[in-house]
Amino acid sequence: MQSQARRWNEPHRLVLLAIAVAIILFAAFNMRWDWLPRYSGKLVTGVGTTLWLLFLTSVLGFLLAVPLGLAQAAGPVWLSGPARAFCTVIRGTPLLLQLWLLYYGLGSLFAYWPEIRQSWVWPYLRSAWPYGVLALTMSFAGYEGEVMRGAFAGVPKGELEAGRAYGMSPLTVFRRIWLPRAIHRALPTLAGETVLQLKATPLVATITVVDVYAIISRVRQDTYLTYEPLLLLALIYMILTGVLVLAFRWLEARVPVKNI
Amino acid sequence: MLDWVTGLSAWELLALNPPGWGGVLLKGLAISLQVAVGGYILGFLIGIGGATGKLYGGPILRDVLDVYTTLVRAVPELVLILLLYYAGTDALNQLLLLIGAERMDISGLAAGIFVIGVVQGAYQTEVLRGAFKAVPHGEIEAARAYGMSPLQVLRRITLPGMLPHAVPGLSNLWLIATKDTALLAVVGVAELTLVTRQAGGATKHYFTFFFAAGLLYLMVTLLSNVAIRRIERHARRGIPAVR
Repeated sequence: MQSQARRWNEPHRLVLLAIAVAIILFAAFNMRWDWLPRYSGKLVTGVGTTLWLLFLTSVLGFLLAVPLGLAQAAGPVWLSGPARAFCTVIRGTPLLLQLWLLYYGLGSLFAYWPEIRQSWVWPYLRSAWPYGVLALTMSFAGYEGEVMRGAFAGVPKGELEAGRAYGMSPLTVFRRIWLPRAIHRALPTLAGETVLQLKATPLVATITVVDVYAIISRVRQDTYLTYEPLLLLALIYMILTGVLVLAFRWLEARVPVKNI
Repeated sequence: MLDWVTGLSAWELLALNPPGWGGVLLKGLAISLQVAVGGYILGFLIGIGGATGKLYGGPILRDVLDVYTTLVRAVPELVLILLLYYAGTDALNQLLLLIGAERMDISGLAAGIFVIGVVQGAYQTEVLRGAFKAVPHGEIEAARAYGMSPLQVLRRITLPGMLPHAVPGLSNLWLIATKDTALLAVVGVAELTLVTRQAGGATKHYFTFFFAAGLLYLMVTLLSNVAIRRIERHARRGIPAVR
């Protein structure tokens, strides 16, 4: 196994690069891209929606994952049992099904409660947005809860005892020692889960949330094109994934690796 | 279950015979499982080939495989499924026309297995590559020095040595495969999630049906977990437990 840095100017790489350039040129000149200017503004908005959805649901999901992980790692049975059940159910069923259960299922149940239909929350409940946010948040929390369980359990007990011996209250021990150490341990996995979360966001388009995938679907309906819009969509997600991976790599490099 | 809301018994709705939709749901589950098993096996074959290619292949093969795994893992499964499903069937038909054969209808089942297999293949390549690399090189050299043939080395040293490292990743991927089949609902394959939505649409009892389908998926996962635990214990036999 040679471990030298891979170089781009090896002969076979140049051939592969030439093939890639040829494919890109073929795609640029032999496929139809005349629709692109018409939809470019909407596509930018769609990417914004996707990123906002990713940010919102991963922050909310993480906030939910901390108590879930803590309950499973150190909680009493009446707390750890439901937390474990929640994670099992979320991880054991497809996200698409959860999404449709919330949107169609809950949506159909509201018809039986006239009080809800007359209250001020009804306009919000009629749109798909809250269901998408709820489903993605719960999904993220379910997977993250398992990660945080391992991270909380992995912090050496001696450190927590030392904090207590210093006279810290349980809350201070948690805030100053337990949580930071757990997050530090979980950070690489968190990064991976966030990338997975980005790749789960297009599912919300199936319940009429207008993200970048929904815009592309509209392009496909309008233009009857098979490959071009989907290839562009794949490219957009590849760029987003790459940026996210680089951002987390930068973040991980900044987190101090002290006394591990 | 929920009859206080709908005024109708959920058991009537979920009955196996035609007035109820239980039989339809079970048929959908069978399709889902067929796609999952088929896609997983196809992915495993691609994974074995990909891992060997990445470890022992020439520089060109390695680069091509790198491109494959990187691209597939950077794009959402849903987008890949749409792309492979429409582009794949279209390309096959173009090919058939080129050689002078008739266009043919590709069944949703076959296309689904192909799509899930290509996606799984990329992830399994990485899992298997890691597991292959986890076998200490000295053990393989020792076996070779003993005069074992390459096939014997594979059967006696490499496979048993890599198995404990491969099983957790592979079992994760199996669970992902069972759930990725739900995405085929978007392209119209009549698997569990799609037939559930159809049942809900026909009766307006969405909650009951999605709840029932969720239980079916959960059952598959829990049964898989039991099997996985057994396989893992078998693969790790003779290895001291961690912690």
